[in-house]
Amino acid sequence: MTDRPRHRLATRRLAEAVDERVGGARFVREALGKVFPDHFSFMLGEVALYCFVVLVVTGTFLCFFFEPSQRTVTYDGSYAPLQGQQVSAAYDSAVRLSWDVRAGLLVRQVHHWAALVFLAAIVVHLARIFFTGAFRKPRDLNWIVGVTLLVAAIGNGFAGYSLADDLLSGTGLRIMFSIVESVPFVGDTAAFWIFGGEYPADDIIGRLFVVHILVLPALIAALIGVHLALVVRQKHTQFPGPGRTEENVVGTHLWPAYAAKSISLLLAVVGVLLLLGGLVQINPIWIYGPYDPAAVTTAAQPDWYMGWLEGALRLFPAWELRAFGHTVPNQFFPAVLMPGLTFALLYAWPFLERRATGDHEVHHLLDSPRDRPVRTAIGATALTFYGVLFVAGSQDVLAVELGVSVNGLTWVLRVLVLVLPIVVGLLVHRWCRDLARGDAAEAEAEAELAIDERAPRRVSASR
Amino acid sequence: MARDPIDPVELVALGAAGVTVVGGLGAAVAFARDSSPQLQGGLLGVAFLAFALALGLWAVRAMPGGTAVEEREPLASAPADRRAAVAGFERGERVLGRRGVLISMLGLGAATIGGALLVPIRALGPNPGRKLLRTPWRRGRRLVTDDGRPIRPEDLAVDGVLTVFPEGDQSPGDAQTLLIRLPDGVDRPRAGRQGWSVQGCVAYSKVCTHAGCPVGLYEADSRRLVCPCHQSLFEVTDGARPSFGPATRSLPQLPLGLDEDGHLVARGDFSDPVGPGWWGLSS
Repeated sequence: MTDRPRHRLATRRLAEAVDERVGGARFVREALGKVFPDHFSFMLGEVALYCFVVLVVTGTFLCFFFEPSQRTVTYDGSYAPLQGQQVSAAYDSAVRLSWDVRAGLLVRQVHHWAALVFLAAIVVHLARIFFTGAFRKPRDLNWIVGVTLLVAAIGNGFAGYSLADDLLSGTGLRIMFSIVESVPFVGDTAAFWIFGGEYPADDIIGRLFVVHILVLPALIAALIGVHLALVVRQKHTQFPGPGRTEENVVGTHLWPAYAAKSISLLLAVVGVLLLLGGLVQINPIWIYGPYDPAAVTTAAQPDWYMGWLEGALRLFPAWELRAFGHTVPNQFFPAVLMPGLTFALLYAWPFLERRATGDHEVHHLLDSPRDRPVRTAIGATALTFYGVLFVAGSQDVLAVELGVSVNGLTWVLRVLVLVLPIVVGLLVHRWCRDLARGDAAEAEAEAELAIDERAPRRVSASR
Repeated sequence: MARDPIDPVELVALGAAGVTVVGGLGAAVAFARDSSPQLQGGLLGVAFLAFALALGLWAVRAMPGGTAVEEREPLASAPADRRAAVAGFERGERVLGRRGVLISMLGLGAATIGGALLVPIRALGPNPGRKLLRTPWRRGRRLVTDDGRPIRPEDLAVDGVLTVFPEGDQSPGDAQTLLIRLPDGVDRPRAGRQGWSVQGCVAYSKVCTHAGCPVGLYEADSRRLVCPCHQSLFEVTDGARPSFGPATRSLPQLPLGLDEDGHLVARGDFSDPVGPGWWGLSS
């Protein structure tokens, strides 16, 4: 190889060196030419991906200062109202890194905001995939990966939220203990094993830390890899349009245009998260105070992605199953059964729909939601159901804001959570039909117009 | 392609790039001076957004897209490839299949190793045993505040409320108790619980029977306890019966008495298991 002139650019020489050892020029050529469709809704997943990048970077920084331990220490940092108080090392280090570490508060707040936006982007991305039918074969496989990512992200969000050991997060952990405890047969043992004993046990923060910074992030990173590898292998879906068929993808090459756009999106996501983290206070744990299992927390709400569970716990009526000397307690139904069914249905949806429609074909062109009124109506029904639950998760605050009684509002929400989804579903179904009918009429009119325009020309040509 | 020197879009992109430089420098100074998170995040965020704007405008302007077409190849393998793969696998399978007993024994071996590896999970925590059924409250144990002070009934104003613990075990777990002093004659004790109160003082578990939050809000005018987490209500004068919200079971009551010095003591453990329900809870 000595006869080959050495390239002037070091990067080019490096690329050549790698290629001599592993090959890959063809892979790079194909990757650079990969075509990405241009619809804005395809960026939602990218937003989630970039939030994950921000979470890993900020989270690594936070790890350098956080101490995941429940041993008692005396706070003597610079936040005066807490000085001299006996707090856990976890709480102490979380307050310290907020007040006494350079850029610590900014990074902590960016981390928290990034988690909220991460979950939001995943949920909206999931809704886009659902309503456009992008989950159909062959992407039913990737739908499963995606739903697993959602579950892992919710779990990791809750784990991270719980680490600071402040009054709010501790209350959340108390509720989680009760939820685990409620599972028939194994719940009490599982709760004791997970928490390291009867509540409040001393092991949970350290264990959640390992879950939060290693187990779940590794799972999420691996699943993101699978998720994207499947997108590369199966290529993107696309909306129907001129020149777009089941056999091609129309859009923009990765290099340079799409890369520039996507990096621009990454920078914008980072920028927005920095502004949020810098300017909008989130989770001020020094105000909440350290966790004390006997202390009262009013107006306590979890992070938004747990709001549906919180609302379900609040709305579910005072009912439980008692028979043969055993109890399936109240909290099991809204907090174990309901989410269990939710995720089971999410996982099963592509297969349920395939069975219902008998459509076993491979699809690369997306649906317009209006053309699938039943699916769209079911999706709207589900979103309304979880939306009402989400609102119910802060019904006490809402009641104060509205100047009504909590009990009255709870009853209204109990009715709404059952009635409103059905009403919305029916309305959406009808709306889709009307829109689709409008489309059909428009297309017909255009077709007639086209014939009218063509007819005289044909006559003139024949003359 | 000749570049238009006064393309306004490229001018904006250039300006945005300039903002990036200024924002980046400003953020560096803000970090160096340990300024407020508002300044740090604001400057760095603006720098990133300006960078995004510059790059985005450049991409839109100078890198047209939307017209590239990539053909899809079929995802499924060609039938010949699939047949060859299956044949290759089956060749190996035949070799393996000749030693059926060995395979079964190895399978059993793998299962035993797997089973053995599961046992250390046991290290995670103790089994519940009777812990969920009992609390540290015992007959004769004094009620104390969180700083260990014993209490006389008259220490509490009428409709006053105090969180108390068993003396010597003030860890705020399942023993946390609400002591409430009711006016004379309003309490309607349950059958068999007459005499569980002392001079109007009643004691109920502070752990919500729904999801375990501390039921810490006492509404004196209605004599109800409110759980701040899920808004269950408990009627204090009616055995802390749940009257609204998701809670299904009354707050367990602690029988009270007085020791020879006139301090409040427990006369046993709670009337029922404390806290949320679980599979092993009977009644």
